[in-house]
Amino acid sequence: MSIEQVVDTLEDGLTVGIGGWGPRRKPMALVRAILRSDLKDLTLVSWGGADVGLLTRAGKVRKLVYAFVSLDSVPLEPNFQRARQEGTIPEVVELDEGMFMTGLQAAAQRLPFLPMRAGLGSDVLTHNPAIRTVTSPYDDATELVAVPALRLDVALVHLNRADRHGNATYLGPDPYFDDLFCMAAERAYVSCEQVVDTAGLTVDTPVQRVLLNRMMVDGVVETPHGAHFTTCTPDYERDERFQRAYAAAAAGSDEEWGAFEDRFLRGDETAYQDAVRAFAQEQA
Amino acid sequence: MTPTRADVCAAAIADAFADDGELFASPMGLLPTLGVRLCRLTQNPDLVLSDGEALFLASPPPLFAPLSAERDVVEGWIPFRKVFDVIAYGKRHVMMGATQVDRHGNQNISAIGDFDRPKRQLLGSRGAPGNTVNNRTSYWVPKHSPRVFVEQVDVVSGVGPARARAAGPGAATYNDIHRIVSNLCVFDVQGEDHTLRLRSVHPGVSVEEVREASGCGFQVDGDVPETRLPTEEELVVITEVLDPKGLRFKEVPDQ
Repeated sequence: MSIEQVVDTLEDGLTVGIGGWGPRRKPMALVRAILRSDLKDLTLVSWGGADVGLLTRAGKVRKLVYAFVSLDSVPLEPNFQRARQEGTIPEVVELDEGMFMTGLQAAAQRLPFLPMRAGLGSDVLTHNPAIRTVTSPYDDATELVAVPALRLDVALVHLNRADRHGNATYLGPDPYFDDLFCMAAERAYVSCEQVVDTAGLTVDTPVQRVLLNRMMVDGVVETPHGAHFTTCTPDYERDERFQRAYAAAAAGSDEEWGAFEDRFLRGDETAYQDAVRAFAQEQA
Repeated sequence: MTPTRADVCAAAIADAFADDGELFASPMGLLPTLGVRLCRLTQNPDLVLSDGEALFLASPPPLFAPLSAERDVVEGWIPFRKVFDVIAYGKRHVMMGATQVDRHGNQNISAIGDFDRPKRQLLGSRGAPGNTVNNRTSYWVPKHSPRVFVEQVDVVSGVGPARARAAGPGAATYNDIHRIVSNLCVFDVQGEDHTLRLRSVHPGVSVEEVREASGCGFQVDGDVPETRLPTEEELVVITEVLDPKGLRFKEVPDQ
């Protein structure tokens, strides 16, 4: 598939889970394709980074489910901050990070909820009155949070390698939660640095790195450098210089953000990657 | 060697982890990382440390040093999904930052002002709700001020003892707010009704000064001792092994 074909399958109002973690191995090429589309009123479910920043700034998000939004080396995501402070995200669900994982696990297991301690006593429950507690039916009768399933219409994830059937490997230190996103979703699309033959997935890589199997995936897209400017270890690390430029533009005036958009976000993915290369050369 | 304020803070953070035994020490930020690594090399060799990403390291590297095959022995794998397992397992002591801390030991890293339309959006609650009801939690405040220490936090991300008790045993059984270390002093939450209590003031700081720099009250039991000075050994470890570039002074300037 192409990234445009993936985005063509999406509709207004869908709940979209975005894999990766903060500024790490995000399916940014797919996020940029959503940015260029007419899609609106999306519910985003994300351990947020610039994916959340870009889509909230563009007004694509009706509801955001997150535990944090960060760029790591830039602790606070300026576009997300602005959206929250200007009240342009109509609905937010802020969870604890562990609750977020548990919600995906519940959806992946087709359960309505799973119990856990996280959230008790905190304002996560105050600000989300729809989240209820459940009491243990055993002698302890402990009251715990009934973390509701985070069901997704679509999951978008980015991995290092995939075959054309949807088996896919991560080659960096952390799988994040991309398998859970896929299993929590009605359908899942994986973008990858390189599509290889099935045999190529494990020829020089331990089988434990095959995070996604083809049962979990509905479409595969090859998008070299498709996680830019987030990490895609070991293929490439975060583009810190570019991220700083992004954050400065996002935190700056409307003109500064407009100039960033004009330079990087108006064209297609090829135009983006060309503009990024030109930016790197001029910074070198 | 004359210890600086940053060195005193590092030793105070190390002391917070000294009695933890064999558990995963999770420092967030610069001084906590320095303090935890110092503790591992001096008082508590059993502490389990990570590279801050996905690897357990058998020995603590210098601050911000890239992983080195010659120096760093990997002793395990701790990707984010397994961090949540350790949190629920309980063998962990996290030292988080805090944009606000209140008299009841609640912490806020989510937003300032009204949550629905914040004056200033911060990180989000991250793992604070889960940390504070599952494993030992401490806080580090590099700039002690009335804006940080408040009567009541705007958003409760990290749960203090009173809120945990009110939420029942599910929240209270493992709630353990251990230390709050700032650039001026060390608190715990052993005051009346589990409120802030001043344990020590750093050398050169008066109780009065801490009071003026705090927007909330705290308990003072008799004469407050001075935070101990780092030992010669600790100073050598800090200045020659863990932070030879003096990165700690960016967070706590030398005075």
